[in-house]
Formats: sequence, structure tokens, C-alpha cells
Amino acid sequence: MINKIVNLGDSALYCDFGQEVNKEINSKVIKYFNSVRKSNIEGITNVTPSYNKLIISFNLSITNFKKIKKEIEVLNIDYENKIINKEIQIPVCCESSFSLDIKRLEKKLNLNREQILEKFFNKKYFCYMTGFIAGMPFLGDLDENMRANRLETPRVKVPKGSIGLTEQFTNIYTFESPGGWNIIGNTPLNIFNNLNENEPNLINPGDTVIFKEITFSEYKNYHD
Amino acid sequence: MINSYFKFIRSGINTTYQDKGRENLYHIGIPYSGAMDNRNFLIANKLVNNNLNAPVLEFAYQGPHLKYQGDTISIAITGDVIFKIIKSGVEYIGNCYESYQIENGDEIDIISTNKTIYGYLAIGGEIDIKFQWKSCSINTNAKIGSNNGKKLENNQTIKLLKLNSNKDKKKIDYTNSKVENIRVIKGTNFNYFSDEGIKTFFEKKFIVSKLSDRMGMRLQGNKINNVVNTNIKSEGLIKGVIQVPPDGNPIIMLSDHGTIGGYPKIGVVASVDYDRLVQITPGSEIKFTEIQLIDAETLFKLYEMDTDNLLSQI
Repeated sequence: MINKIVNLGDSALYCDFGQEVNKEINSKVIKYFNSVRKSNIEGITNVTPSYNKLIISFNLSITNFKKIKKEIEVLNIDYENKIINKEIQIPVCCESSFSLDIKRLEKKLNLNREQILEKFFNKKYFCYMTGFIAGMPFLGDLDENMRANRLETPRVKVPKGSIGLTEQFTNIYTFESPGGWNIIGNTPLNIFNNLNENEPNLINPGDTVIFKEITFSEYKNYHD
Repeated sequence: MINSYFKFIRSGINTTYQDKGRENLYHIGIPYSGAMDNRNFLIANKLVNNNLNAPVLEFAYQGPHLKYQGDTISIAITGDVIFKIIKSGVEYIGNCYESYQIENGDEIDIISTNKTIYGYLAIGGEIDIKFQWKSCSINTNAKIGSNNGKKLENNQTIKLLKLNSNKDKKKIDYTNSKVENIRVIKGTNFNYFSDEGIKTFFEKKFIVSKLSDRMGMRLQGNKINNVVNTNIKSEGLIKGVIQVPPDGNPIIMLSDHGTIGGYPKIGVVASVDYDRLVQITPGSEIKFTEIQLIDAETLFKLYEMDTDNLLSQI
């Protein structure tokens, strides 16, 4: 099922599932991720799923690439086990002070603000992965005519809660961070909660996200 | 009930609590963090009879100036660090890799690191701090770890829950070795770069940029030419990965790095060289040499044996 396993440095395995980005490949990655996490293979210290890759980090003091590769090649993957996923509604306000890049998008996409927002809100999104910063979900896919490149110069500070668009994906900045995605709105909802150690992320790979537009006064009065 | 504590007269530029860091959280976007220079972290704890994974203070460039109140306690500083101990108004120059007994009213003034970045202060006892995901390590970007994920500030205190009973003088004869040549294993996108780009990578020297921190080390001076694609589909990163963004200036991922990235990976720093890599100061030169996986594994084993040997001498 894995096309290729190579080493990434001396303390990680790089498992390649293909070049394309789609739900089918990503679901395989997530099933492998769950199986590796459950396997208790000695020495594994991290498992990182992404669109179509899985990186398995290990402690070089107690194991090595050859040993982990062998274990992964014979690992039983639970394909039947359905990924338990949730459908999550995310309130988003697109008031002008939040939609920092709407003008850029209007120009790039050749659509007006109303058309952009209508297309954006009229869709369910699939969570491919979380990361870069803690809890940030990478969601897809945007309509073909909604796809724009990253900003030429990334922002040094993207505000917490910002909703970004780039290529076929949309994300949520879980806290203030540098970033280069096109920002169209902001959510008052806390997406990453570091006080909940068991489940810090509101959105996890495999989940479905629905964005719901709210007004500025609803935003201001929002309580988790 | 003990009432012993240090107070920060000056907190230093970037002073944080660190331990070994946290595992198994890459998938939610949380990196290892932990002490940048693992060997110096371990030695510091051993010198004061702590558990090897006990929290220590990590400082960068300028360290903290601390005043102590309480029962006699042992401390040790590791790295290449210039510091003073002040007892009843008299200043003594301290030595790294040696424990000191600190008494009520004494001060420790960690002036600076010397041609390195990070130093460590271990305190012989148990510090009253919070743990998140089993680690005290402060990640200031994600605001995770002890002290609400923030670096330490002036007038804060370090409260002690317990003091180690054994405060015997301990020292070890050790000099922090420096390297200019960093050994690198070819990355998963090695073939994205032109022959000339690869030649530049392994033959030219790079300068460490001022824009380096616990997240990453940015390099300048020579650009690496990409001939395939300057972006890849975002995927997981690990500590030591060298990414090359479209501008051609390499960035090395360090302990607080973003867990996912979309720039091609030209190489990964061999684990054996990580402790020394992180100590290279901005403005210094750095050169990469290629190493095969099997040699990197062997050298790491030897490095660990050497660390164990050092620890057993304490």
C-alpha cells in the first residue's frame, strides 16, 4: 500500500503514498497512522500524517531505520476499522477588518466578494491533516475557481482565528503566527485548547468542517 | 514546608525551562521542544545529583542574574558560559562543569555565553513548575509548557519544592567542542536541485543569519538553485531537516519547528552533530559534508557512548 519507504535523516522513516492529494489516498495515510500508533513498536517517538505521506520518527538510541522499516512492512493495517469522524460547524465573520485579502482574491479569482463568500460557505470540507502550528487544520477542497496562490510576501503576524485560503485548501490559524495564506474571515471559536491534553484539537484528520457565516455583533457576543 | 527560591534580578534575553521535551504530538502540530543542546543539559543535571531529565534553565547569549533565598543548595552551569557568583558582596568568577553551593543571600550573575548560543543552569532539587504533556519545556510560539509557555521575566521567582540532600562538590574536565562541518544525509527532494546547486550546497560555506531562533536556523551567502519545483505538497518535518524555499537560502529546522512544511528537503543533519549545530552563532560560517546513513548511525552510537562516559565520571 505504501509506494516507497526511505529514510529521512537517521531517525525517521518517510512513507510515500503517492503524489496526488485526494480523500482516498489521505484515508490510507490515516489508517496507517492509526495502526502504527496502536502497534507499540519499540522506539517510535512520533507519527506525522500529511496529505499523502507518513513520517515515522524514532529514537536512534534504541532502534534504527532498518528495524523500523521491517516492522512497518509487516504491520497489519486495519482497513476495516472505520475512521470515527465528526462534522463540526465553525462560525466565521467576514467583516472587512477580518477579510484581509478579499480584494486580492477578487482580482486573482475574477469574482466579487459575494460570489467568493457564497462559494466558500456553500461547501463541506474534509480535514486532511493538522499541524504546522498546534491544531491548525488543513481542509479541502475549494472549488476549482476559488484557488489562489500564497501571498508573494508572507505576513509576519496572521491574527488568531483567521481563515486562510491557498490552492485547493483552507485553514484556520489556531493562534497568532506568521503565514502566507489569503485571509477571508475570522472565527471566534477556540480551535486549539492546550489545557485539554487528551483532546487539544477541535478538528482532527478525517473530520468534516462546515463554515457558517456570522455577523460582527454575533462574533462579538460569541461564547465557546 | 521549605521556603527556598531564586528571584530573577534580570531574566536574560531568552530564558526558559527545558527538559527532554515531549513526544508523540507532531500529528497535532506540537514539536519536541526540549533543551537544544542535549549533552550539556544532561551534564548539568548530573552535576547537581538531579534526575537526568529534570527541568533546567536554558538561556541564550545573555543569561539571568539570580538572587537566592533559602537553605544551601547546589547549582551547576554548563556550556561555554561566563558567570559570577556573588557571596556577601564579593564576586567570584565561576567555572562551567563544576557544582557550587549557593547559600542564603548569594547571587548568580550569568553574564553571557562565549562564542556559543545556549547555556544551562541546573538547580539541585525539585522546582515548582507545571508540566504539559509530561514536559516542562516552554514553547513560546505555541504558548505551551511551564510559566504559561512564556519566557521568564524580571522579578519572577523559581520556587523549590525539595532540595537534594547530596550537595558535594562535583566537577568534570570537559570542553564544549565546536564544529564548522555539519554532516548531512541526503534529503527526500535531493534531486530537485541542479548539479550546480548541489555543488554549492556541499562545497560553499554559508553564514548563519540573525533571524535564527529555537524554531530554525536561517542560512545566507549562497543560493541553492532548484530545477524541479520550489514547492512540494505540505508534509511532516523533523528536527534537522534542511528546507530550501524559493529564494534559495536554506533553513534548518530546530527543536521548536513547525511540524509541517512545503519546501523541498535537500538534506537532514545527522543526529550526531545536532548538539553542536545549535550552538553556532549568527554571523559564523557553516559547511555541509555528506554522510551515509550507516555512518551517521555508527557515529551517533559513539557520541552517545562518549556522553555516557562523561556522565559516569561525575
